[in-house]
Amino acid sequence: MSVLIFIDQSDGQIRKASHEAISYGAKVAEMLNTTAEGIVLGTVTDSLQELGKYGVKKIHHVDNASLNHFDAQVFTQVLASAVTAAGADVVIFSNNVDGKAIAPRLSARLKAGLVAGAIALPEITAGFVVKKNVFSGKAFANVAINTGIKIISLNINSYPVTEVGGSAEVVIFDTTVNEAKVKVSSVNKVTGEVPLTEAELVVSGGRGLKGPENWGMLEDLARALGAATACSRPVADAHWRPHHEHVGQTGFAIAPNLYVALGISGAIQHLAGVNRSKVIVVINKDPEAPFFKAADYGIVGDVFEIVPKITAAVKKLKGI
Amino acid sequence: GQQDVLAGLGHGAVSGRTNQNSAVHLGSTSDHVLDVVGVAGAVKILVCISKTPDTTAKIAFTDNNTKFAAGGVQWIINPYDEWYALVRAIELKEKDPSTIIHLITVGAADAEPVIRKALALGGDEAIRVNSSGSDSFTIASQIAGVAKEGGYDLIFTGKETIDYNGASIGGMVAELLDLPYVSLATKFDLAGAGASIVREIEGGEEVCQVALPVVVSCQKGMAEQRIPNMKGIMGARTKPLKAVEPVAVDALTSIVSFELPPAKAGVKLVPADNPEELVRLLHDEAKVI
Ligand SMILES: Cc1cc2nc3c(=O)[nH]c(=O)nc-3n(C[C@H](O)[C@H](O)[C@H](O)COP(=O)(O)OP(=O)(O)OC[C@H]3O[C@@H](n4cnc5c(N)ncnc54)[C@H](O)[C@@H]3O)c2cc1C
Ligand SMILES: Nc1ncnc2c1ncn2[C@@H]1O[C@H](COP(=O)(O)O)[C@@H](O)[C@H]1O
Repeated sequence: MSVLIFIDQSDGQIRKASHEAISYGAKVAEMLNTTAEGIVLGTVTDSLQELGKYGVKKIHHVDNASLNHFDAQVFTQVLASAVTAAGADVVIFSNNVDGKAIAPRLSARLKAGLVAGAIALPEITAGFVVKKNVFSGKAFANVAINTGIKIISLNINSYPVTEVGGSAEVVIFDTTVNEAKVKVSSVNKVTGEVPLTEAELVVSGGRGLKGPENWGMLEDLARALGAATACSRPVADAHWRPHHEHVGQTGFAIAPNLYVALGISGAIQHLAGVNRSKVIVVINKDPEAPFFKAADYGIVGDVFEIVPKITAAVKKLKGI
Repeated sequence: GQQDVLAGLGHGAVSGRTNQNSAVHLGSTSDHVLDVVGVAGAVKILVCISKTPDTTAKIAFTDNNTKFAAGGVQWIINPYDEWYALVRAIELKEKDPSTIIHLITVGAADAEPVIRKALALGGDEAIRVNSSGSDSFTIASQIAGVAKEGGYDLIFTGKETIDYNGASIGGMVAELLDLPYVSLATKFDLAGAGASIVREIEGGEEVCQVALPVVVSCQKGMAEQRIPNMKGIMGARTKPLKAVEPVAVDALTSIVSFELPPAKAGVKLVPADNPEELVRLLHDEAKVI
């Protein structure tokens, strides 16, 4: 018996989403009276022992450079043998790009029930029931997993990174690694920025900003806060901002601690991508803008006047 | 009963009890691109279509929060399936008219209007697996069953359903068929005997090449949204839409109940002439900055 956590790495580094997955997996292990183990694929530069502070006791490391590049099919096979080796009955993924590609494959391979997009710890008093996001953040479903092995893919920013102290034992896991059928010819990563889906603070702009030339003021606020930037769909469609900033029903779904909406009306399709944010601030000159109904704090007024003042106040607060 | 829990979701609820392992013959597989014969024939695409409540539909539940309140709800093609998966397939056919496009939906008879709508946009014929669905795995198993018989070169799914938000079915189908899976594709082109695909990765994108057959999940960037024209709508009426019986498969998960998120306490408005107060509240009260 064990809980096995897939610890995702990129360029040798362990992402925050994995710290959340480990914290969550460690708690599930505690609930089930068993141990939390991890699996890492590929070369890593971060210390794996140190991940023990989030509650993982043992980490199986497949230290094979051919796994430095993610491939759903190859990773699934390696994970399936790790599940057997660790005698895992619960497998945890982060519901990020990689998790969305392998968790379902592993589920089909092991005939192990999957809850993708989990947002809370399982209920284990009657069966094994996991709450997940459905209807694009407009509702939740409690889903029972009815198989021996259970797979949970945890939504990003849904479970806090929790330090419990300790160090993990790292063991090399030797297994056959197949050659990937998908050949990658080029990779283009936005470096030096927090990816939008992992960001804790997000400042977002809509059509109310009038044009791309006005984004400087939004970026100033984002910089002062240490926030990522996002936008509404018409803004991305008009190429005022890059597509990877588009949030909503048809863009990214995010769940930051703070979402600041500047000049966005709050259409239902926009809300679908941001309504899981913990705190929503809306600044809009129209008091009837639907976004105010979904907001925690709001200012009715002109973004062009208000935003620079907020930026100044944030800088003052932070002493910058 | 439990079978009905999902009845309102695009996923539908699968009974998993129908024991008719129906053979689906979708024509010869000899036009397969990878056939040893080496004759590059028509590319055969299977596009997975699910139905979902309109993006503005009111989300509510009945029967002690076990059933989606489907009354008065307008059903649409899941946007990712329509705008990206299906339209990209149509664009490929426009480039090479010998391309064959089949649509598949796993659902009860009430899924037919939505699949007809999809046929009005394009596609040669549609298959409805007559199962009201119960979980991602049972749906994926039905799609894999049809795909195995049909000898498809490409299987397109949407990135995710906007009602169940599983983002799972493409990966499951790929595993059941032992095929490579390229998820979250933003661009797709046929290149030689394979495909060249741009896909989202964590914090960026990558370009990759893969031999066919392959399963691809499609998102924004793949194609531009289209509106069906009169000719398409008229033509769709006569396109073949066949219903086939599901293969027997047991669900791995089941929905116990639904919940609505707790209502917001209401917005706290800060006067426009005092934005500093907003910063103070975010720091002292909400404690997010
Ligand atoms: C199927 C479907 C999917 C969709 N998916 C998405 C999606 O993923 N994401 C998304 O964002 N949209 C999506 N949409 C579009 C959505 O319906 C809205 O059209 C869109 O969100 C509106 O963007 P906006 O708020 O930037 O612009 P608008 O609706 O034009 O709102 C601009 C707002 O700015 C305010 N404003 C103007 N000037 C100022 C000023 N000086 N100061 C302060 N406020 C000002 C106005 O009062 C107004 O409320 C989708 C639509 C459909 C049908
Ligand atoms: N009932 C269904 N019939 C056919 N295809 C489906 C069905 N449900 C989901 N799909 C496909 O699988 C994709 C992912 O669905 P999901 O895993 O539910 O998010 C969708 O975008 C569709 O392309």
